[in-house]
Amino acid sequence: MGKGLKVLLAAVAVALTVTAATLAATSRTGATSDTLVFGTASEPTSLDGAVVSDGESLRVIDQITEGLVGLKNGTTVIVPKLATSWKASNAGKVWTFKLRKGVQFQDGTPFNAKAVCANFDRWYNFTGAFASDSTSYYYYTVFGGYKKKSAGLTNAPLYRSCKAVGDSTAVITLRRPNAAFLGALSLTAFGMQSPTAMAKYGANKGTLSKDGVFTPGGQYGVPGGYAVGTGPFKLESWKIGDKLEIVRNDSYWGKKAFLRRVIFRSIPDNAARLQALQTGEIQGYDLVEPQDIPTVQKNSKLKVLDRPAFNVAYVTINQAVKPFDNPLVRQAVAYGLDRAGVVKSFYAGRGTVANEFMPPEVVGYSKGVKKYSYNPAKAKQLLQQAGLTLPVEVEFWYPTDVSRPYMPDPARNFQAFAASLDKSGFKVIPKSAPWRPDYVSRVQAGTAGALNLIGWTGDFGDPDNFIGTFFRTQQGQWGFNNPKLFALLNKALIETSISKRAALYRQANNMIMNFLPGVPYVHTKPALAFQKNVVGYIPSPVSLEPFSTVRFVG
Amino acid sequence: MLRFAVRRLILLVPILIGLSLLVFIWIRALPGSPAQALLGERATDESIAHVRDQYGLDEPIYDQYWRYLQTIGSGDLGTSIASRRPITEEIQERFPATIELAISAMLFATLIGIPLGFVAAKRHGGAVDHASLFVSLIGVSIPVFFLALLLKWLFAVELGWLPSVGRQDVLIDAEHPTNFYVLDGIITGNWNAAWDAVKHLILPAIALGSIPLAITARITRASVLDVQNEDYVRTARAKGISPSAVDRRHVLRNAMLPISTIVGLQVGLLLSGAILTETVFAFPGIGTWLQMAIVNRDYPVIQGGVLFVAIIVVLVNLLVDISYGLLNPRIRLAGR
Repeated sequence: MGKGLKVLLAAVAVALTVTAATLAATSRTGATSDTLVFGTASEPTSLDGAVVSDGESLRVIDQITEGLVGLKNGTTVIVPKLATSWKASNAGKVWTFKLRKGVQFQDGTPFNAKAVCANFDRWYNFTGAFASDSTSYYYYTVFGGYKKKSAGLTNAPLYRSCKAVGDSTAVITLRRPNAAFLGALSLTAFGMQSPTAMAKYGANKGTLSKDGVFTPGGQYGVPGGYAVGTGPFKLESWKIGDKLEIVRNDSYWGKKAFLRRVIFRSIPDNAARLQALQTGEIQGYDLVEPQDIPTVQKNSKLKVLDRPAFNVAYVTINQAVKPFDNPLVRQAVAYGLDRAGVVKSFYAGRGTVANEFMPPEVVGYSKGVKKYSYNPAKAKQLLQQAGLTLPVEVEFWYPTDVSRPYMPDPARNFQAFAASLDKSGFKVIPKSAPWRPDYVSRVQAGTAGALNLIGWTGDFGDPDNFIGTFFRTQQGQWGFNNPKLFALLNKALIETSISKRAALYRQANNMIMNFLPGVPYVHTKPALAFQKNVVGYIPSPVSLEPFSTVRFVG
Repeated sequence: MLRFAVRRLILLVPILIGLSLLVFIWIRALPGSPAQALLGERATDESIAHVRDQYGLDEPIYDQYWRYLQTIGSGDLGTSIASRRPITEEIQERFPATIELAISAMLFATLIGIPLGFVAAKRHGGAVDHASLFVSLIGVSIPVFFLALLLKWLFAVELGWLPSVGRQDVLIDAEHPTNFYVLDGIITGNWNAAWDAVKHLILPAIALGSIPLAITARITRASVLDVQNEDYVRTARAKGISPSAVDRRHVLRNAMLPISTIVGLQVGLLLSGAILTETVFAFPGIGTWLQMAIVNRDYPVIQGGVLFVAIIVVLVNLLVDISYGLLNPRIRLAGR
């Protein structure tokens, strides 16, 4: 071997040893006690709450902006935020909000009635690229349309006007009564943003690209740009591929945040997020995979937090298909589905058996609904009582190419249900279709058999977002016309007293589970993981989780 | 030489057209629909139909392809559905990360691979030779992502010597004028940041460099074995030139020719390996970006990103071809 080569090899060896030694000495930077690093599944899309609907954007925006109303931490109970009180009048069409005084946006702009109206008018006047259900999804969903009709969308705007009465009273007029309006205002999408900053940084500039994607044109809400609200944190910096940093708003009107700063770091791979938590590179992350939960639980330095369930999976019973218009047959289906077995076998301890079409966290959940536990003998007896010859043939559909939080493995759910129905006097004819485009449209059109598997994740904590969406109008999916149920749900929709409204929804839930338009079977709860020394993170069913209450101990 | 380069460049045209056609067809063969991806999960059938109509998704496929060619011809790769930003802008941000990683992997592969192959050849049939063959075999056969996971588990999770994700510790405040983080640290005099960026590169570079390392070592070995029995080497030895000078001036220099070709051809391999390595280490380069796009059905990104990567591979191979021609006159002449 040449001398030069020997020297080179020796040098490489020495370099490697020195590197390893240095690394060992400088390992694990660890966190400082005033900075939390949170691992996210992706970068946010935008920090302008009005034009996003993805969870990672909303998570950050929720720390920066606040709405007129908020939710009590960890619940869907509406509490005052930027409005201290409110009153509905004129049969729920006029809403008068008394605003919190002495509040300023993070850029120094005063928060007042004029700012409130500027925000509402901005949304209502969206045109072009902004006025679409893919850009301003929440506004379109809650408010039903814009001032100017947008191509391809049905336009039935709920909003009429906003009037500033002095500095601290904003009067919002709707075109028709809607009590879900108040709860919807707690959505991050309706957070108040500084009108000065939005004008200065071009929040209303945006175009549709050739691919049909909304592209912001200004510097508002984009990486390296600005986003200004009244919240306990303000935006410090955002660089794609590196980090998004928010810092404490020291002039916040309410209780100030414990942490000096929170850093959001995008780690798309699930396993990589878990390992980053194990190494201490992040101190928490959301959407822990069910199979990773035991690993977190076994680690003495980590902990799992449960987020309350906010979804429901159910079996549709299409009453347009005979003999399922017969209540006895629908009851037989309910008794013939081994829901507890399915939840136990396929949900890794993350699911609870659903007894109604909305999760327990939503106002109006009824504890008194009729319950149907698995009972094949009773199912057979009901079928015979209905005058049918056993077994009763039933076409049962399930989706393929899909995994939803409430239905991670539809085929296995289906197989278990088919087996339990076969034992209960039915003869299941299996049918399946790919989730998109066929399955969902078939279910909606009522052409997916007598029974099919489907589910729903709530958009916001209002009962109308669950049972109103399903049962307030006649729909092909269910194939029934029940004017009494429709009337009750429509009455509940416009009832502005919160307690009366809850009572109406409880009544509706009881009615629904007697009527049995379908059989709900599971609510699943997502998990978050944190370092054990992180306290004060309060999981919320609608994922509105403030970092201002989070701190380190020990 | 010029004629050689021009010929190669002309050959590029059919290759690029073929590539664009492949990417175009492949995207349309993926399950799910672009209109669906655009509108999100809750899209109604009406709005999907509207989008299909608006963006010509119902037009004949050749019309769509022609429109696609026109768009990319104008340098517009489209807009990402997920980030709502122009794809060219995202590439500018993310490509430096991938280049930095690829260069590190290449450095790892050549700095270790060439000496290893050389020593193996000099000790032909000995223990070092067998050991190097064994290492190469493992290097070639172990899947990149598996090696990545293994390295990460051992050195990041268990031992805690090296970071497990990203390009930089998020608690370090650093300026990034060029987006090459090591370079940025050096330019701005932020040595802490530069060293931190190096630390973040070590594990991904080793994982990504494992296959090129193995190949480089084997090619070096074979090539040195070849050359050291050549007449001119024997003549040099007979003239009494010291063994190390013979190795340096005659053996290694002549052996470098095939080695440099192989190293150049590894670039394509590095880019495909980068998708896996970057995903495991959450390294924010082109690889993680494409992987996310595939998961999210971000069609414009898949379409634009894959085309971009393909063009880079083709261009690098072209450069290797041309440089090889420069190094070796015989190739140039054969091209006449």
